Amino acid sequence: MKILVCISKTPDTTAKIAFTDNNTKFAEAGVQWIINPYDEWYSLVRAIELKEKDPSTIINLVTVGGADAEPIIRKALALGGDEAIRINAEPLESYQVASLIAEIARNGNYDLVLTGKETIDYNGGAVGGLLAEVLDLPYIANATNLQVNGSTATVKREIEGGEETIECPFPLVLSCQKGMAEARIPNMRGIMAARTKPLKVVDPSPVQTLTKFSEFQLPPAKQGVKLVSPDNVDELVRLLHEEARAI
Amino acid sequence: MSVLIFVDHIDGHIKKASHEALSYGAKIAEQTGTTAEAVILGTVNDDLEKLGEHGVKKVYQVQNEQLQQFDSQVYTKVIAQVAQQSGAKVIIFSNNSSGKALAPRVAVRLKAGLAAGVNALPDTSNGFTVRKTVFSGKAFAQVAIDTEIKVLSLNVNAFTIITGEGKAEVIPFDAIVESPKLKTIDSTKTSGKVSLTEADVVVSAGRGLKGPENWGMVEELADTLGAALACSRPVADAHWRPHNEHVGQTGIAIAPNLYVAVGISGAIQHLAGVNRSKVIVVINKDPEAPFFKAADYGVVGDAFEIVPKLTSAIKKLKGQS
Repeated sequence: MKILVCISKTPDTTAKIAFTDNNTKFAEAGVQWIINPYDEWYSLVRAIELKEKDPSTIINLVTVGGADAEPIIRKALALGGDEAIRINAEPLESYQVASLIAEIARNGNYDLVLTGKETIDYNGGAVGGLLAEVLDLPYIANATNLQVNGSTATVKREIEGGEETIECPFPLVLSCQKGMAEARIPNMRGIMAARTKPLKVVDPSPVQTLTKFSEFQLPPAKQGVKLVSPDNVDELVRLLHEEARAI
Repeated sequence: MSVLIFVDHIDGHIKKASHEALSYGAKIAEQTGTTAEAVILGTVNDDLEKLGEHGVKKVYQVQNEQLQQFDSQVYTKVIAQVAQQSGAKVIIFSNNSSGKALAPRVAVRLKAGLAAGVNALPDTSNGFTVRKTVFSGKAFAQVAIDTEIKVLSLNVNAFTIITGEGKAEVIPFDAIVESPKLKTIDSTKTSGKVSLTEADVVVSAGRGLKGPENWGMVEELADTLGAALACSRPVADAHWRPHNEHVGQTGIAIAPNLYVAVGISGAIQHLAGVNRSKVIVVINKDPEAPFFKAADYGVVGDAFEIVPKLTSAIKKLKGQS
């Protein structure tokens, strides 16, 4: 089986969120970058688990980004995977990213394309679905479990207030979320091995962008907490009912 | 020209998130001087004419046995046919489990720009820009869509349902439907009675509860409030509660009207999953817990004393005792 795992570079979960250039750009100064947690913990680790079960499995990683994305893709290779492809373009929006990855996916004849359920920065959650439609493949969003039985995948996905188990023939595209696998940290052997794994850089073909982030805003600051005495819980209920109109 | 809204349903009923999407879509139609139309795949027990109350003029209904199986590849092609018939310039999905699979696909199919996770009406005065949540709720972005057709997915609980007068015309639509590749072999209800992502009220608890055996009191509070139950990441990781109750940056992101957090310190990753809640109540014995900075109301004290008192005070308010 051949798996393509899509990797994004995102700010660390604790990064300070601020904007520059008249609020049109994320302020990157001093920001630590990580592998998007959904890409790392769920899709990549699940792919590695499948390879551990069946060593003939091939895992390729793909990312869209400039040279500054290389430490991230190396870190992903340290966790596992056979080789990585970096499409040398600045990621601008989901359709552009999906179109670029689709080309790699099409040429590589993958049985399975995995993405995280969303990136923690732009929260679009769209690349998996966009890719699936460009490639005309089946797609399951927000998958929480994946089992492989020969030519069929058995996938669980979360729906409102429940869960479904779905069978689907390969090839298919999945977006992964919590439940899919347990987070791992790379070990020394993996880190050493990652240094010599192939990392191919390819030039992007010209693709369209359909949307643009025109401005960013921070949410208005909270008014400050209203503290209620633990001996006067009735007052809290009154406030929630009369002031906040929440109950 | 129209604004077309996809109507999602489960167990024979239209999802609450779709009523929000219908209300939102009808407002956009009003704002842009076009008509709001809806598309539903399959059958429901609800009266489709009543969708007119949200401002929708027509409901295209596609009935076909193949559509009993949700398969985004098949659904997308059907929705695209309806969109063409309707002359849709804006297509609205809820950003829920179905919408997340469908909105991107439909966008590609119709060569439309997509804004996923929007939370306000678009600005159509000069082009088309719409606000969406970014950085896991820590910021907003205005997204400009340049294409002739636009696809939007509306965050759950981000738009208030509008109910007025009106009756929609239900139009059976004969679409070409492919056979699905996906096959649902099992379906289970995981959480309690209220779906976590759609819930108006969510009661959540963390490590402060000391062990899974102490969840009875938060369950009772949740029941009293008609709330869904949630938990923090350490609680899910320790298997005190199932993973599908974990809210936070790497779990489920929610935006209820009221979020009650019991014994959760409020790490930044937890806040990222709940900061879109309209009202936040924090109960914690540590006055320095960072969650108080993000809260609207707080009680500093012992959860084991406060939660039962809170439950009985709410019962009193609701006239249940």
